Amino acid sequence: MKSVFFTAIGSLAAVPAAAAGLEVSVEIPRLSVAEYHRPYVAMWIEDDARRTAANLSVWYDTGMAREEGEKWLADLRTWWRRSGRSLDMPVDGVSGPTKAPGTHSAEHRGDRQPLRTLKPGTYRLVVEAAREVGGRETVTIPFVWPPRRGETLSADGKSELGGVRLTLKP
Amino acid sequence: MRLKTFLMTLGAAAPAITLLMAVPADAHRRWLLPSATVLSGDSETVTVDAASSNGLFLFEHNALPLSGLEITGPDGRAVAPNVIGSGEYRSVFDVSLQMAGTYRIALRRDQIMARYTLNGEEKRWRGTTADLDGAIPAEAQDVRVSRTDARIETFATLGAPNDTALQPIGEGLEMVPVSHPNDLVVGEEAQFRFLLNGEPAAGLEVEIVPGGTRYRDDARVQMLTADQDGIVSFTADAPGFWYFEAAADAGTPVDPRIDVRRASYSAVLEVLPL
Repeated sequence: MKSVFFTAIGSLAAVPAAAAGLEVSVEIPRLSVAEYHRPYVAMWIEDDARRTAANLSVWYDTGMAREEGEKWLADLRTWWRRSGRSLDMPVDGVSGPTKAPGTHSAEHRGDRQPLRTLKPGTYRLVVEAAREVGGRETVTIPFVWPPRRGETLSADGKSELGGVRLTLKP
Repeated sequence: MRLKTFLMTLGAAAPAITLLMAVPADAHRRWLLPSATVLSGDSETVTVDAASSNGLFLFEHNALPLSGLEITGPDGRAVAPNVIGSGEYRSVFDVSLQMAGTYRIALRRDQIMARYTLNGEEKRWRGTTADLDGAIPAEAQDVRVSRTDARIETFATLGAPNDTALQPIGEGLEMVPVSHPNDLVVGEEAQFRFLLNGEPAAGLEVEIVPGGTRYRDDARVQMLTADQDGIVSFTADAPGFWYFEAAADAGTPVDPRIDVRRASYSAVLEVLPL
């Protein structure tokens, strides 16, 4: 485990400074239920006042005719209230299709939006998942931006989400 | 002495009592229950039940007639409902949401309650102002006619909420949200402003009850009093549909056939967990 950690740091050090940013990895648990639908998942960064500072990803049913998959976006209740309801979906670079059980990660570069304009400060990464005929769960990870050193922060969901990791890259 | 003090207190409080007097004792709760209040997508349909009952939100007493249904869209324009019909215990209509924003779904009713004596017998008549002429026999005595202008509301929002449909009308008793009615969550304080004929309804008593009365022993009726500005502050302790109701004396009736004019307001608001 330790060696994996050092390898990660080592590989990061080799990358130019422009690649500063963060990576979010989310585990969607494999559930043994009679009727399974992939969950809708939203990931965003909020400030101390719970204002949305950056929308990172929203995974939903983007493939349906007439954008009908948007019907259930409101089930991501917290995200919907904080910012989703004010967005005109789909949003380039944010909207994406639902994911199968397993671990999925997405990288966000510090020199690109939405992180480029993220002011220095303390934030929380919020990951919310809602599943049709299933439940809803929110996992949060506090962090400081910009990161001073490379590190991976993590938190675990209990029902609709597995492990959530936030890797900060200075 | 004690009685005299009591009567004096009562006399001093009388105007307040008429204003604050809650609902008529025989009134059932009247409500519009929407299928959802917070919706996403480019368009959606909300289906609404309209009923009067004691238990919330149970179909157990009467369907509400849908004449007087007024739906206002996010741009302030009227939206036509698709009326499905009325059964014994409820009426049903659909509202098609084709535009993002907040819809006000309101049922306006005027109700007449007449009491009179005929050949020494006490009689009662209920109906609307339109049916009042000829409803009470000419030889009736001790006629007392009261009219209540009732406003029964609920709200639904597609996408981001707005407040174009929520502007006060200036007639009767109404609620002007300070907190948006489709942005209510458990544990967060919400404020609502009540107006009577366009003026703050200071001192108004508002009854607030969460749905699900069948599944609990405690009635869970809360009475809140509006402040000088007509504002009531409320924090929901549980998610679900909540019932709000208030009534007030509405001033001197213009119609000579009416002795007492009252105004009532009720609303169903949904509180979500967060």
